Amino acid sequence: MARYAMVIDTKKCVGCMDCVIACKTENNVPEGFNRDWITYETIGKNPDLHMEIRSERCNHCDNPPCVYTCPTGASHIHEPGGTILVTAEKCIGCKACIASCPYDARFVHPDGYVSKCTFCIHRVEKGELPACVSVCPTYCMHFGDLEDAESEVSKLLQSRKYHTLLPEAGTKPQIFYLT
Amino acid sequence: MQEIFITRHNHLIDPILGVWEWQIPIYLFLGGLVAGMMIISGYFILIGKKPNTKCSCFRMPVLGLIAISAGMFALFLDLEHKLYVWRLYTTFEWMSPMSWGAWILLLVYPILALTALIRIPEELADKYPKIKSLSSKMNEKPFLLKLSGASSMITGGILGMYTGVLLSTLQARPAWNSSMLWVLFLVSGLSSAAALVHMIGKEEEERRMLAKADNAFLILELMILVLMMIGFFTSTEAHQQAASLILGGEYTVMFWVFIVLIGIVIPLIIQLNAVNHKVQHTPIAPMMVILGGLLLRFLMVDIGQYSHWINTAFTMP
Repeated sequence: MARYAMVIDTKKCVGCMDCVIACKTENNVPEGFNRDWITYETIGKNPDLHMEIRSERCNHCDNPPCVYTCPTGASHIHEPGGTILVTAEKCIGCKACIASCPYDARFVHPDGYVSKCTFCIHRVEKGELPACVSVCPTYCMHFGDLEDAESEVSKLLQSRKYHTLLPEAGTKPQIFYLT
Repeated sequence: MQEIFITRHNHLIDPILGVWEWQIPIYLFLGGLVAGMMIISGYFILIGKKPNTKCSCFRMPVLGLIAISAGMFALFLDLEHKLYVWRLYTTFEWMSPMSWGAWILLLVYPILALTALIRIPEELADKYPKIKSLSSKMNEKPFLLKLSGASSMITGGILGMYTGVLLSTLQARPAWNSSMLWVLFLVSGLSSAAALVHMIGKEEEERRMLAKADNAFLILELMILVLMMIGFFTSTEAHQQAASLILGGEYTVMFWVFIVLIGIVIPLIIQLNAVNHKVQHTPIAPMMVILGGLLLRFLMVDIGQYSHWINTAFTMP
């Protein structure tokens, strides 16, 4: 069974927001909302500061609290790939999934249902890359199947150091940041 | 130093999560109140209170039906996709507390209706003779009365627990991650219901008994709050930060003044004096207890949404 994941090289990401614009255009994301965004994180003590720029989105967790809390089954794991999706026709807009997501990756679409990153599954199932990955000018974003040891994402995770976001939350995120 | 800057500004999400507004605390409060009413009325029915007495236990199921309907209406108002509400009842998601809640609420209605049938209001009895005869038949069978009392207590307990479990399972919000939350909401619901009977009850003995019970519930509530605090301070940094929101943080005044002082300590002192015959029973203390119970739900819903995990995965190279 395939397991889709995204690997983002923070050494290459310049925070240009091309991925954000591509997502909004591809998925017709309503004005004022974002399915993906850029985070600039700085740590350390002046002058010894260290900065990381990340393109963030739904982590398509392996242990997804949003799916578990959904009372109608609208939030679900889409196979093959293990992508977390929302069926708009089943969503009642109770917002339990939003409250259960430690990444605040979801929002209420103006039409009343909960929306989020889909890994552009409509493109992936046609053999294309997610819109954000396809437009990245620094080639810092990689998408593929972690179950395939020969895939680009698997090889990157074998050869480079990486971290995920809030691993202590126990959600097993499937977006990996190379450091 | 850790500075995080994000380019996202989603409505109701940023800068602080605010997806649940007044509707959810109202729903949780009314759910807890009804749970308490079901347990108290169920207890009196179970111990054999006769319908011809003035016992509030026979009025509470009717009030409960009204209160739970108002709570469910508040919940309905909170939904963003209202026309799809029926979807709740097309599936049972066993991992989802909200799904459990939807089905529990369906169970609450017939149990409340059954206990309400024991003593129906006279106007209703005159208008609907069939309901009157059903009520008479029920009263002829003591076993059925006891069964309805026990069912009311059990269902009320489940409902009261559920209101806390709903929040505590949302582990993304540290302020809700306490295994004590369901106990707190259950006891608070019992306390509010006891205060209501203390306030509106017509039987002196019943009022005195409920005032004593309410004092016990209030002391228990204080103990649970202390245990919750200990739990947070012995947990992760995110939980410690969540607890600090009421210890010098944004919610300090609301918690200590409105919930602890006005909602628990002052009414407890008044009621302790009242049960010891030092002051008269007045509606002031019960009203404060009920207000405290309501504000507790508002505080918990708000503070949970305010609290969040802290990213520690990014470290110095």
